[in-house]
Amino acid sequence: MTDGKSFVEIRHAQKSFGKLEVLKDISLSVDRGQIVGIIGSSGSGKSTLLRAINDLDPLTGGEVWLDGVRVNQTLPHRAYEKHINQMRQQVGMVFQHFNLFPHMTARENVSMAPIMLKGISKDEANALAEAQLDHVGMLERIDYYPSQLSGGQKQRVAIARALAMQPKLMLFDEATSALDPELVEEVNQVMRKLAEQHMTMIIVTHEMDFAASVCDRVLFMDQGVVVEEGPPEILFKTPSQPRTREFLRKHLESAK
Amino acid sequence: MGLDFTVIPKYFDIILLGCAYTIGITVAAAILSFFGGIVFAVIALYAPWIIRQPFRMVAWMFMGTPLLLQLFLIYFGLVQVGIDLPAVVAGIIGLGLHFAVYNSELIQTAILSVDKGQMEAARTLGLSRSEALRKVVIPQAVRAVIPPISNNMIALLKDSALVSVIGVSELTLSAQRAIGATYRPFEFYLLAAAFYYVINLGMEWVQRRIERRISISR
Repeated sequence: MTDGKSFVEIRHAQKSFGKLEVLKDISLSVDRGQIVGIIGSSGSGKSTLLRAINDLDPLTGGEVWLDGVRVNQTLPHRAYEKHINQMRQQVGMVFQHFNLFPHMTARENVSMAPIMLKGISKDEANALAEAQLDHVGMLERIDYYPSQLSGGQKQRVAIARALAMQPKLMLFDEATSALDPELVEEVNQVMRKLAEQHMTMIIVTHEMDFAASVCDRVLFMDQGVVVEEGPPEILFKTPSQPRTREFLRKHLESAK
Repeated sequence: MGLDFTVIPKYFDIILLGCAYTIGITVAAAILSFFGGIVFAVIALYAPWIIRQPFRMVAWMFMGTPLLLQLFLIYFGLVQVGIDLPAVVAGIIGLGLHFAVYNSELIQTAILSVDKGQMEAARTLGLSRSEALRKVVIPQAVRAVIPPISNNMIALLKDSALVSVIGVSELTLSAQRAIGATYRPFEFYLLAAAFYYVINLGMEWVQRRIERRISISR
């Protein structure tokens, strides 16, 4: 099963909750190393699309492919669980509300999954946690609990936790939306660093400036469809669709 | 005739032995009720229907009938089907399962109130549902219910006196035996009460230590 051409390929994604259709026939491909931003108002389906990629919100129709393997296969329950756990190990995800494990230190948050799933030794796990937390500038707080960290620090630990599984793809679901304005930049810096290292990333965001500066391509979603997509310099400066213009205008006003 | 505590030293050994039984039974039953409570909670929430339904009946039996009856059932009843348990073991199992059902109710509520983002984050890393429950959800749920579980454990200590009915010489029965020999009920019941008080203090001390350890790790 390797007929998926792009690294990440979504074909005719469709998702409904009862009668409400939140994703209407969306197709998207992302190449290895590409950084794709998804913008749109809340309720546009952008988070649902992102969460469909690792099957956190399963699609009701359509296909998701990662590196030539179909993610949302139809399999018997047990086989599917095994398959999806394998797939999810390859996809890191960062949440708006961090979702750090409050009963574990930063070190334990980062090393728990590799210990459980990759069977590494305690020394290797410690070295891994140190390296990953150093990478996000959190080595000094390695033995702190989440409650002892600021929002920006928590999110950096959450990024380190995702990276510790050495994912092929990183998904960011409004990673800076819950942060105080002065803490946004430290998280953005970590994401920029990842971009420089050519990590493939799909970023759902409300921050247009950040999207414009790191993304290779930006999608604007509204009411379950991709209204417009293109390189940020075109999408943000000369959008062709009225709905895109309207969204960007409103966003600019509310930002003032 | 007034109080005469000079009769106590002669029977102090018996009382102490009874005290040891009470502590041993309470600790063993408390441990059983704690881990049993976690297992019951997971069954009640996640087991398939075919396991969950019979389990509910058993849980109802432990919550809806007197502990005294349950102890009789385990000690005298099970003999008829060929399970002949020593009285102490029957007592520990009866007390342990009885309180496991109560602890399970607390733990179920706590599991359900753990933020669902915790399960999502664990699943996203590639953990299976049972791995996520074991490493992420249940440890948080258990931390949240330590204070109410501790209350249950105090109740367990007091109810441990009931195992005297199946012939275990725990603290209350030992006091009664001493009274039988001396006809000094007030002195020995007061002494037993004092011992229960001291055991209570010990349990509160353990609870505080556990809570302190947990509060650091939050």
